[in-house]
Amino acid sequence: MAERINRLASNRRFLLAIFSSENDILAATADARDRGLSIADVYTPYAVHGLDKAMDLRPSRLPWVCFALGFAGAGFKVWFEFWTSATDWPINVGGKPWNSLPAFFPVTFEVMVLFASLSTVAAFLLGRGLLPGRRAKLASPGVTDNEFALVIEETDATFCLDEVTARLRVMGATSVEERVEQESV
Amino acid sequence: MASMPSTIHSPLILGDKNPSDVTNDICASVERGPSLSWWVAISISSSMLLLGLISVAYQIMTGIGTWGLNNTVGWAFDITNFVFWVGIGHAGTLISAVLFLFRQKWRTSVNRAAEAMTIIAVMCAGIFPLIHMGRPWLAHWMAPYPNTRGPLWINFRSPLVWDFFAISTYFTISFVFWYVGMIPDLATLRDRLKAGWRKTTAGFLSLGWNGSFRTWLHYETVYLLLAGLATPLVLSVHTIVSWDFATSVIPGWHTTLLPPYFVAGAIFSGMSMVLTLMLIARKTMRLEDYITEQHVGAMCKMLIATGGMVAMAYLTEFVTALYSNSPYEQFAFMNRAFGPFSWAYWIMVGCNILSPQILWFKRARSNMLVVFVVTIFINIGMWFERFVIIVTSLHRDYLPSNWTGYSPTWIEIATLVGSFGLFLTLFLMFCRFIPVIAMAEVKGVLSHGRKNQ
Repeated sequence: MAERINRLASNRRFLLAIFSSENDILAATADARDRGLSIADVYTPYAVHGLDKAMDLRPSRLPWVCFALGFAGAGFKVWFEFWTSATDWPINVGGKPWNSLPAFFPVTFEVMVLFASLSTVAAFLLGRGLLPGRRAKLASPGVTDNEFALVIEETDATFCLDEVTARLRVMGATSVEERVEQESV
Repeated sequence: MASMPSTIHSPLILGDKNPSDVTNDICASVERGPSLSWWVAISISSSMLLLGLISVAYQIMTGIGTWGLNNTVGWAFDITNFVFWVGIGHAGTLISAVLFLFRQKWRTSVNRAAEAMTIIAVMCAGIFPLIHMGRPWLAHWMAPYPNTRGPLWINFRSPLVWDFFAISTYFTISFVFWYVGMIPDLATLRDRLKAGWRKTTAGFLSLGWNGSFRTWLHYETVYLLLAGLATPLVLSVHTIVSWDFATSVIPGWHTTLLPPYFVAGAIFSGMSMVLTLMLIARKTMRLEDYITEQHVGAMCKMLIATGGMVAMAYLTEFVTALYSNSPYEQFAFMNRAFGPFSWAYWIMVGCNILSPQILWFKRARSNMLVVFVVTIFINIGMWFERFVIIVTSLHRDYLPSNWTGYSPTWIEIATLVGSFGLFLTLFLMFCRFIPVIAMAEVKGVLSHGRKNQ
C-alpha cells in the first residue's frame, strides 16, 4: 500500500481512450463528466462543437484581450494623430483645422483593427504555448487525422481502472490504454 | 428534431468521405510530385514574372517618364492595376470572414485558396503605388517614424496616407488570418510526411499543435474575432481606395456613391477571379468531390448579386449627374459613354452587366465551361471599369486646351503582364506546397459520424 501511494505521488497516471467518430467522443466525454471522472483533455482532428459543454469548459476570455487592446490602439492612434498634426509640427493643409478629427478616423480604425487582431492572436498563441519549433506532444498519432482521443486522469485512490475501461469500451472506444507520465519536478 | 436527417440540403462534400479520406485526398496534391501541366504553367507564369521584373527595373532606373502619362492624364494604367488587384483580394476576405459570420458552411472548401489569392493579389497591388512614387527607395517615408527631417510627420488628412494604412493593415490581417487557419492542417502534414525538409518546416510552423480541445476552444474564439474584425476591415479598405478618387474635385470621381460602388465592384471582381482559379484547380487537382457544382452555384449567385449592385451603381452615376444639373458632371458621363474611350466603357458594360445574366439559369451555372467563360469576361470587364473611371475623368480637363488622349507604353503593359506573372507563380507555389483546402474545417462539415445522420 505504501508503495502504491509512493507511486501515485511521483507519477501521473492517465487513461487514454480512442474513438472513431464525433458522436462517440461527445457521448463518452459527457458520460465521463457525469460520472465525476477528471477529464484531462480531449484531442480531436477538428473543432467538435458541443465538446465545451461536455467537458464543462468556460468560454474563452480572449474577447476581452481583443476589446482592450483594440480600444487602446485606437486611443493611442487618435492621440498620436492629434499630437503630430496639431502639436509637434502643425502644417496648414488647405486651411483645415489642426485637429481634423473626422479626417483622423480612417487611420484610427485601421490601427484599431491591427492592434485588436494581432494582440488576440499573440495572446492565444502564448496562452496555449504554441510557439515556432515547439515539438508536439501527441496523445496518439492519428489525432490530427481521424482519431478522437479522450484522456482521463486517475486522480484518486477510488479510481477503478477495470470499471472505467469497460465503460469506455461500451461507449464505443476502439482502444483503451493506460499511460504513466513521469512527474518532472 | 435534431436527429432528423436533413432532406433539404444535399451534402456539401460528395463521395461519403470520412475524415481520413479528406486527409488523404487533400494531402495527395502536396505529396505527389508536380505534374507536367504544373511545370508548363509555372514556366509560363515565371516567364511573365521575369518580363515584369525587367520592365520594373527599367522604369525605376529610367524614371516614370517611360509611361504614357502626360500633364492631363496623371493617373492611368498604374493606378488601374492597383485598384484592380486590391479588388481581386476582397473576395478572399468575403469568403473567409463574412461568410463565416453568416455560417455559410460551403465556404470551408474554398476559403484557404481564396485567402491565399487575397494575400497574393494585395502583394501585386502593392507594387504599383510603390513604382508610382518614382523613388521607391523612399517608400518608408510613408510611415510615421521619428526622422531627421524635423521630425516632419505624414499628413493624416490625406486619403493616400489612409490608403497606405488600409492596405498594409489589410495585408497583415489577411496573412495572420490565413496562417492561423492553417495551423491545424500544418500539424496534419507534419504527422503524415516522411522525414525531410517539408516535415521539418511543417513541424516548425505548426507550433506544436496537438489537437487539444482546450486549444480548439480558444482557436474558435480567435477565428470568430478575426472574422469579426476582418469584415469591417475589408469594407474599409476599398472604401478608402475609392476616397483616393472621391475626395478630389474631378467630375466623375467626386461623388458619395464611390465607396459602396467600389466595394461591390471589388467583391464582384474577386469572386470571379476565385471562380476562375477554383475551376482550374478542381479539374487539375481532382478536387471535384470537394468543390462541387453546389459550391460553384453558390459563387455564381454571389456574382449575380454583386454584379447587380455594380449595374445599379453604373446607372446611379448617370442619374446623379443628370440630377445634379452640373454641366461638368453631365459632360463627364456623356464623354464616358460616347467619347473617345466609349469602346472601353461598352466593354465594361458588356462584360460586367450583360455576361453574368446567363448565370440566372441553373443549366448555365452547372456547366463549368460556361461559368469559366463568364468569369474571364468579368475579370476583363472589371479591369476596364477602373480604366474607364480613371482615364475618362482625367483626359477631358476643365480647360479644353488641356484635353489629351492616353495610350499605354509597352513598359506599362509589360508591368501588368508581370503582375499577372507574380500572381500566377505564387498561386501555383501555393497549390504545390500547402493543402489547398482547409482539411480541419472540411472535416467539421462532413456528415460522417455526426448527430444528424
